[in-house]
Amino acid sequence: MNARRVAITGIGVMAPGGTGRKAFWSTLTDGRTATRTISLFDPAGFRSRIAAECDFDPAAEGLSRREIRRMDRAAQMAVLAAREALLDSGLDDSEPDPARTGVTLGSAVGCTMKLEEEYVVVSDTGRDWLVDPAYGVPHLYHFLVPSSLAAEVAWTCGAEGPVSLISTGCTSGLDAVGNGARLIADGVADTVVAGATDAPISPITVACFDAIKATSPNNDDPAHASRPFDRDRDGFVLGEGAAVFVLEELDRARARGAHVYCEVAGYATRGNAYHMTGLKPDGREMAEAIRAAMNAARIDPDDIDYINAHGSGTRQNDRHETAAFKRSLGKRAYEVPVSSIKSMIGHSLGAIGSLEVAASALAIEHDVVPPTANLRTPDPECDLDYVPGIAREHRTDVVLSVGSGFGGFQSAVVLTAPGRDGAERRAAA
Amino acid sequence: MADRTLDELRDLMVASGGVDEEVDLSDDILDTTFTDLSYDSLAVLELAGRIEREWDVVVPDEAAADFQTPRMVLDYVNERAGVN
Amino acid sequence: MSRRAVVTGLGVVAPTGIGLEDHWAATLRGRSVLGPLTRFDASRYPVRLAGQVPDFVTKERVPSRVIPQTDHWTHLALAATDLALDDADARPADLPEYEMAVMTASSSGGVEFGQREIERLWRDGPRHVGAYQSIAWFYAATTGQISIRHGMRGPCGVVVAEQAGGLDAIGQARRVLDEGATFVVSGGTDAPFSPYGLTCQISNGRLSESTDPKAAYRPFDGDAAGYVPGEGGAIVIVEDADAAARRGVSRVYGEIAGYAATFDPPPGSDRPPTLRRAIERALDDAGVPPADVDVVFADAAGVPELDRREAEAIGAVFGDHGVPVTAPKSMTGRMYAGSGPLDLVDALLSIRDGVIPPTVGVRRIPADYGIDLVRDLPRRVPVRTALLLARGYGGFNAALVVRAVPDAVAAADGTTVPR
Repeated sequence: MNARRVAITGIGVMAPGGTGRKAFWSTLTDGRTATRTISLFDPAGFRSRIAAECDFDPAAEGLSRREIRRMDRAAQMAVLAAREALLDSGLDDSEPDPARTGVTLGSAVGCTMKLEEEYVVVSDTGRDWLVDPAYGVPHLYHFLVPSSLAAEVAWTCGAEGPVSLISTGCTSGLDAVGNGARLIADGVADTVVAGATDAPISPITVACFDAIKATSPNNDDPAHASRPFDRDRDGFVLGEGAAVFVLEELDRARARGAHVYCEVAGYATRGNAYHMTGLKPDGREMAEAIRAAMNAARIDPDDIDYINAHGSGTRQNDRHETAAFKRSLGKRAYEVPVSSIKSMIGHSLGAIGSLEVAASALAIEHDVVPPTANLRTPDPECDLDYVPGIAREHRTDVVLSVGSGFGGFQSAVVLTAPGRDGAERRAAA
Repeated sequence: MADRTLDELRDLMVASGGVDEEVDLSDDILDTTFTDLSYDSLAVLELAGRIEREWDVVVPDEAAADFQTPRMVLDYVNERAGVN
Repeated sequence: MSRRAVVTGLGVVAPTGIGLEDHWAATLRGRSVLGPLTRFDASRYPVRLAGQVPDFVTKERVPSRVIPQTDHWTHLALAATDLALDDADARPADLPEYEMAVMTASSSGGVEFGQREIERLWRDGPRHVGAYQSIAWFYAATTGQISIRHGMRGPCGVVVAEQAGGLDAIGQARRVLDEGATFVVSGGTDAPFSPYGLTCQISNGRLSESTDPKAAYRPFDGDAAGYVPGEGGAIVIVEDADAAARRGVSRVYGEIAGYAATFDPPPGSDRPPTLRRAIERALDDAGVPPADVDVVFADAAGVPELDRREAEAIGAVFGDHGVPVTAPKSMTGRMYAGSGPLDLVDALLSIRDGVIPPTVGVRRIPADYGIDLVRDLPRRVPVRTALLLARGYGGFNAALVVRAVPDAVAAADGTTVPR
């Protein structure tokens, strides 16, 4: 059977450090950190008071007043990223068939920012458990059901095929891309707008990570607070953002002369069935997800040119992940560059998986791998090549991007340079 | 202020992490580790939070990370309460 | 789809009861179980009726260790999962860990838990937020907890599409059988009853403000005035038919034969709605002609404009009064992510028992709806194939086709399908 292949033909990004995929790529390749003291609300009294925030003005970016009013920040970022991706794909000129167009959007925490803001109003700042519905804004329901995020993106791109929100915590962004690719591979859709968004820099989300001491308390030096794989790492730095892709069936994309960034060649997800937040040091289930994704992509460990790591900068994650790479890739784990862009743009929960897919696609596009910033003192338990500090020119045809999330989710996506699977590449070599 | 007792701590533990079916909290658990009592890291963090909120004793990150047994928690709390 | 997805276990935690047979008996009785909302004092809210799970004693159904770290919505799902595993006679410890998957739907996550923690934050300060907020509120909590509790390490997923999500999760469950999973815990629950959760729901303008439980939610009635929200849902076990046979299952309820999802054009668009296409695609996916469908479990919004649109879509595919239509959710209220899975349970029991459960409370159906609604009393009729519809707020449509397992397959499996 000749399986339908999936191409990425458009990329849109809203990220800390600059709006749009070009600014995003500059941030990453410059090794610039976008982590700073929280400005979206007054963080006094919180344990961790730093985050990687997006600077954008929704009106200046082209959203109408009505749109701004009804959309949570996560929706605004998703729609803006989707618009950029559509423009980038060139599809707006050749209108895909709405019935054959789908959306898979990921988000871990949905519209919590608005949900919290409006709660403060209807509850009289938390004083009334029995809140007053008379103060509810008209779009409150959109904030309760995060599927509204996927709906907004569907309206943006005119999708009338399958549309859904994937909410698997911090792997949502990888799972959304993986699920979108499946819709195309299965023949259910020809075009899927896939990606993820999250806007979690609000008091409740900051407080909930404070409570479990998962975030970095390095408030005095925010620019250097996100330190994946460093011996002195002390937690992740919260981020926000969105990345959205136009996925197309490869032959159709080629037939219309679209630019193909890369193929989504393999995807798999597994549960660790261990703990909602804890990770066993052996990385067993993530390794299993990696193996399954490699199988789906028909590649071997030796084909992998770059690993875009989850690299959250918590003590347990970086160790867990390093073990998973060794377990699944053997000696190749020591040869291949591995980096974490969370060192620069923080951890935007569900969105980050898609931002990492964007970074991976751009790495293939430019043959450059982004660095792990702030990595100064290697952790003896993390002994791979993490590309410290400075981006590296590096022939990049095959990228493995992985993620790990609360709930035990472990996901892996394999991206390959356009038009070549592992067998073809080996034959060509 | 009178010292906090194991019974008071038991109540806080139940509220923080429930009771595992295999564990009898009414036993002499003073020196049993939280791991053996089936209280994971999250349950101990929740316990530390409740000690701060309900007993009004500040528990810094390092202190919470060192809580291995109920005795260690009570010692910490009662020393601090004595100072205040 | 190369693999055959069969349903081998059903777990119900719904306003109609806890457990399959209690639920089914209440459903066939044909009486609304809606009543005054009691989870909090709802007297100052314009919506005061709800479908609530009766006599759910959390500590009897959820491990003590898990209770403080989870919302009521997850409690209901964990209880339903236990029931479904029992019903399937499955012991997860004996099954291959990476072949067990979990695919659930949620529409609004840990609503009550979340409100409590946000309240503490704003009333008392950041240090008053508990350690479990980070794992109880988010939409993935239920799938994660099920996976952990039962050692299921295969593909784990969560879909959110408001009321359509429950059927989407079942569609995903069938899909992951093609990726090596053989045993999937799927379905969904919701429990949106906290004061803030209700306030958010009221803002969608579709809730019934009636205080008469018998008349509040009357889908397809010309005087329909909205829906009553419900809590609960169902968890089902979806298995690869061959693997189920190898496991020696004694009972197969039916097969997930087809599935499709579509999305409506934006409000105000002149493009047509897409529910009809979802129906056609799902039937096509199942290889089932419309004439073979014995019953349609409708989405049944209870809002005239939406009811009319659904009636038109059904009529366009099946013809005027062309197929029996029913909405037992008229008895339970709309349970969001829980409704589709509960409809799946009802459809499979319709197949088992040869009886279609009724829609209640409907007095007058506009003639131009052209639907043959099964009203007030169950209808005894052989059922081999059922179509399930669900629509999520914002334009989500899902259609699922289930059918009796063909005798040949049943015989080969050593199983029988009681009729």
